[in-house]
Amino acid sequence: MTADQPAPAQPVNPVAGAFDGVDPEPGVPKPDPILVVDDITKHFGGLRAVDVHHLEIQRGAITALIGPNGAGKTTFFNLLTGFDRPDSGSVYLNGESITRVAPHRLASRGMVRTFQLTKALTRMPVIDNMKLGATGQIGEHFWQALLPVWRRQEAEIEAQADALLERFNLTHMRDEYAGTLSGGQRKLVEMARALMTDPTIVMLDEPMAGVNPALTQSLLGHVKSLRADGRTVIFVEHDMDVVQDISDWVVVMAEGAIIAEGRPDDISADERVIDAYLGSHHDSDLFEEFENEQANEQDNEPGSPDEHA
Amino acid sequence: MDWGFILERTISTMFGVEVMVFALAAVGLNVHFGYTGLLNFGQVGFLAAGAYGLGITVTYLSWSFWIGILFGVVYSIVLALILGLPTLRLRADYLAIVTIAASETIRLLVRWRRSKEITGGAEGIGEFADPFYDVSINPFSVGVRYEFGPFSYVGRDMWVLTVGWIVLILTVLFVKRLMSSPWGRTLKAIREDEDAARALGKNAYFYKLQSLMLGGVIGGMAGMLQVIQKGSIQPDTFNPVITFTIWAILILGGPGRTWSPVIGSMIYWTLIAFLENVLRDLPEGASETLEDTIGLSDFNISQVRFMLVGLGLLLLARYRPQGIFGSREEMALDDR
Repeated sequence: MTADQPAPAQPVNPVAGAFDGVDPEPGVPKPDPILVVDDITKHFGGLRAVDVHHLEIQRGAITALIGPNGAGKTTFFNLLTGFDRPDSGSVYLNGESITRVAPHRLASRGMVRTFQLTKALTRMPVIDNMKLGATGQIGEHFWQALLPVWRRQEAEIEAQADALLERFNLTHMRDEYAGTLSGGQRKLVEMARALMTDPTIVMLDEPMAGVNPALTQSLLGHVKSLRADGRTVIFVEHDMDVVQDISDWVVVMAEGAIIAEGRPDDISADERVIDAYLGSHHDSDLFEEFENEQANEQDNEPGSPDEHA
Repeated sequence: MDWGFILERTISTMFGVEVMVFALAAVGLNVHFGYTGLLNFGQVGFLAAGAYGLGITVTYLSWSFWIGILFGVVYSIVLALILGLPTLRLRADYLAIVTIAASETIRLLVRWRRSKEITGGAEGIGEFADPFYDVSINPFSVGVRYEFGPFSYVGRDMWVLTVGWIVLILTVLFVKRLMSSPWGRTLKAIREDEDAARALGKNAYFYKLQSLMLGGVIGGMAGMLQVIQKGSIQPDTFNPVITFTIWAILILGGPGRTWSPVIGSMIYWTLIAFLENVLRDLPEGASETLEDTIGLSDFNISQVRFMLVGLGLLLLARYRPQGIFGSREEMALDDR
């Protein structure tokens, strides 16, 4: 099974040292921001779901967005990717406003996202899932679709898709329905499919949710390889330990606002984070849970496929 | 019971007008539901749009029959836009509500006393289809009955059937070609998960609108063929039962499959004809027993055959939910 083959060799970190002069303060300016958020708010009835004063995302880095359940992480993510409209405020991608831009227009601007509940297109083969991700296929227009004008382009797209499937160890599942894949494999397909758009910024909503711990390391390796490609990665997560391992910068949300920013080490030492996010359970529940997971991982037979669908 | 006679009468329905018209209408619904996942519960509205587009152009505007055909297509597209523009941005069920209401609204509007001058009101429209039969390439004589082995049709129907089946097969091949293109792949992706398609840069709204128009035009063509065969347009023939029959046919064949609307329609109408012929030709003892026990008589045979088909559909839903052509594995993937 390739689902839990070892992660690719540790890729280099092209942004190592980029955050050296940056203060770990909420709203702090970054040396080279790709995404800038200003005064963005979203209310659901009387509930203030998101209220972010200022946030900059460093180009080429892996930025983690963490916070307890209900902190507004996913809502904030939806606001950034156009899936939800903010009540006020603006978002800039490469200096251009993308506030209220429809989500399908963002893919051609270099932004792509995945979803917390994996959206593998279950009744389509894996290879079709991949080919769908290609942008600019002229055969996606009604009249051109009837003529053979898109065949050459389709062959190029297919080769590109096959290369990505190879990279994500999914080649053997190429012609299977995506619905037959395990939960972890679906996450991989979704990530690989997102790369078909050749994005500059990849937004991953809980990429490790529901994934067998044995596969987590492989997934983390793939996230790092995105950074090695020169892409910017933002991901939502609530497991602190995952964040420690791969992120260059961590943004902490609680009750819709950003309460802390910093390098992973700054965050784990930050009193505000420990109070607001981890609360009194810091040393007990969360940590124990992680240890249990690791214990389970060792119990699992190596090479057993991820059964979680 | 004369089985030879029963089979002979049944087998002619297999390629008859109803099979052809409903298959074409189901091809349109297959584009909507089978490939795009759109819940259109008003396909009969598109049949009516096509039929009245043709009829109004010929009788009220006094333009030619062939321009009428063009207008039948235009009316179908306009209806798709009216239904789709406000609803396709919303959740899928809104389209379902709007389509079922719109198809009834159309029927009531055309049979309205005040629209009598244009649509003919409750009496409908007649005498618009003659140019279809008068074309010089029509090799069949209206009065003659044509027989090939077990198949037997009158000359008028022969010409409608010839044109209709050619249109049907070309439409199926056209849809097949579209659905195996990147355009069709995008539709299927929208059926599976609209948000995933949008995240990958596909304008789901626009694709759904295109799908609604395409399936609507195909439905409009079915409506035109139906009224051309009848020679008249009756508003009350465009009732919701037609929509549900089209759905039954599509589910029977298996949604999202190339030939399933055609095979589904054949099975559905052949079964109806077979049951009717059997019930009307029961041996003396059996027919009397049935009359005494369940009150079966010549007057309710046509209702009883629909009940039996309904029972068959129930059994199909229980034991073969994917339809004749669908794959069980694919069906099981639906449970997410």
